[in-house]
Amino acid sequence: MRFLLVEDNRDLAASVKARLSMDGHGVDVAHSLAEAGDCLQAASYDLILLDIMLPDGDGRDFLARHRKAEGATPVIVMTARSAVSDRVDALDTGADDYITKPFDFAELEARCRAVLRRRGGVAQATRAFADLVFDQMAATLAVAGDLRDLRTREMRLMELFIAAPGRILSKEHLVDRLFSFSEPVSDNAIEVYVGRLRKKMLGSRARIETVRGLGYRLTETLE
Amino acid sequence: MRVTPVSLRQRLVMPLLALSAVLSVLIYLSVRIGADRASEATLDAVLGAAALAMAEEMRAGEGGAVVDLSPVTFSMLAAMGEERIFYRVALNGQTLTGYDDLPAPATPPTALSPVYYTVPFRGSELRVAAVSRSLMVDNRASPLTVLLGQTREGQKAISTRLANRAAGLGLLVFLAAVPLSLLAAGSLLRPIATLAEAVGRRGPRDLRPIRHPAPAELAPFVTALNGFIGRLRGTLSQTETFIAEAAHHIRTPLSVMRNEAELALRQTAEEATRARLRSLIRAVDDSARSAGQLLDHATVLFRADQKALAVVDLAAMLAAMVARFTPMAEMKDMALRLTPADRALPVAGDAVLVEAALRNIIDNAIKYSPQDSDIDLHARMANGFAVIEVCDRGRGLGGSAVQGLRVRFQRGSNVGDVAGSGLGLTIVDEAATAMGGHFALTEREGGGTCATLSLPLQG
Repeated sequence: MRFLLVEDNRDLAASVKARLSMDGHGVDVAHSLAEAGDCLQAASYDLILLDIMLPDGDGRDFLARHRKAEGATPVIVMTARSAVSDRVDALDTGADDYITKPFDFAELEARCRAVLRRRGGVAQATRAFADLVFDQMAATLAVAGDLRDLRTREMRLMELFIAAPGRILSKEHLVDRLFSFSEPVSDNAIEVYVGRLRKKMLGSRARIETVRGLGYRLTETLE
Repeated sequence: MRVTPVSLRQRLVMPLLALSAVLSVLIYLSVRIGADRASEATLDAVLGAAALAMAEEMRAGEGGAVVDLSPVTFSMLAAMGEERIFYRVALNGQTLTGYDDLPAPATPPTALSPVYYTVPFRGSELRVAAVSRSLMVDNRASPLTVLLGQTREGQKAISTRLANRAAGLGLLVFLAAVPLSLLAAGSLLRPIATLAEAVGRRGPRDLRPIRHPAPAELAPFVTALNGFIGRLRGTLSQTETFIAEAAHHIRTPLSVMRNEAELALRQTAEEATRARLRSLIRAVDDSARSAGQLLDHATVLFRADQKALAVVDLAAMLAAMVARFTPMAEMKDMALRLTPADRALPVAGDAVLVEAALRNIIDNAIKYSPQDSDIDLHARMANGFAVIEVCDRGRGLGGSAVQGLRVRFQRGSNVGDVAGSGLGLTIVDEAATAMGGHFALTEREGGGTCATLSLPLQG
């Protein structure tokens, strides 16, 4: 996906960009509303992440202008003030959603997914491995043409495996990606979700293999 | 030593009463003295005229004077009431007729105009008129003196009666002044009482300026009071702005810290470092959350003061909040199951307060529920209230007193490992109260908690 990140704090912009890039997204950064305008002229984006307090104006005004010019790009407002009235205002001026800084990237991803699904935009982003076809937006997994719905955590787990087939993913790594840091996680939580995902993959040549003491990996059984 | 200030009523009534007392005494004295003087002058004139008439009736006779008192003169004296009359006629200092011991005036009368004086005589006060004239006796001019005395007992009695009446009149005036001055004080002080009542009736957070009509004399007081209220509002709003700015300045670096920690976590394989990074991220989340709730709390308090109530559709708000929280619930594989109301639920509320209340209720429900569980949300109306019920399958109240959970910074006894500030339910409770509604927590049958928010229906 291609993001336009409008954020004037350079440290924050850099870290958000690094974090999104790590997941394979393209990110352009604008440090002011003027730069953001230029970026929108030059390219098209799947999603705009918009800060509210910017050096050359209020992000909400930019949003209103964007909507008035019939810009259809979905917008998620990032607010640091988190004043309740700010949030209500942001949605009134046409934002698709808002997220309060500091945010959990898992939450940002979830919100992006929800917004994009609501908008029905974005080209089908599917990934395939062996006889599996994984549709991230629709949260479905097709096993040799047989469509199965995935629940959110199953889908995110599949996302992690299919992005790095054959690579061993440690239990700790999976826990960090699947659960929020402030939420208590039991020791066998990952086993539970891996078990569920395996059930959804029944009948496939692909399987999630346990590597004792190291973690799990997605492999293809060759007959 | 503390001095109790004299009450305004007392300050007003006392001078009024003193004034009317002085007025009453003055009335009494002027009636009494005036009447005395007037009657004395009249009686004196008659007495003088009678004395003159007697003097005129003296004729010179052989070797002396002839006194020939006419009946007219005596009838004149008789007309003055039942008084006793004493007289003495003297020629050359020798008494011709009458009471020899009737005292002569201190200064002997010279002309025909009478001299009046009062002397004690035979046990009573006597008013005497003295006149003198010359009488030719034996071809010699001899001084003739007529003293005519009269008791004034009848006149005294009349004047005493008059004085009593005057005293009665004065007392009446004074007695009439008492209720009148109390009434005047009451009517003068009424605007102060009305104003005090208007200010006293206000709720604890009502900081609107006083618009109550007040007399011009009270205007400086009302202006000063409004100035004070204005400063208080200013301080409150500054506090809100300050918290908002502070939150901004804390949250942006916290975001950088959290992102960097998450990046480092992704890039490190060493478990000890990863554990440190995880606890760092948890701490950041905790402080960000607290900052947010402190701000929420300040905002709710501030908005509650404003009383900017408009019609808000609670059902639509709830649906929007459910949509908003669905991604977060899904992250835990939870579902938000909304049973919508069959019609709009308009309440008189502040959208910002309603949002804060609903957000904190749902956020709490998600936070304290296990993964894979569902949260049931109902919107309905009951007894003139729009009621929102949010029931989870979480850990329940754990025996914590429901009242206690609404107290600032107090958390349940069973929250243990879940991050929180203890402000969430306080915010909900305060928002509900500000809009004339209420908030309750109950244990749910079969485990979990039900949070109920009721707001009065509009129209």
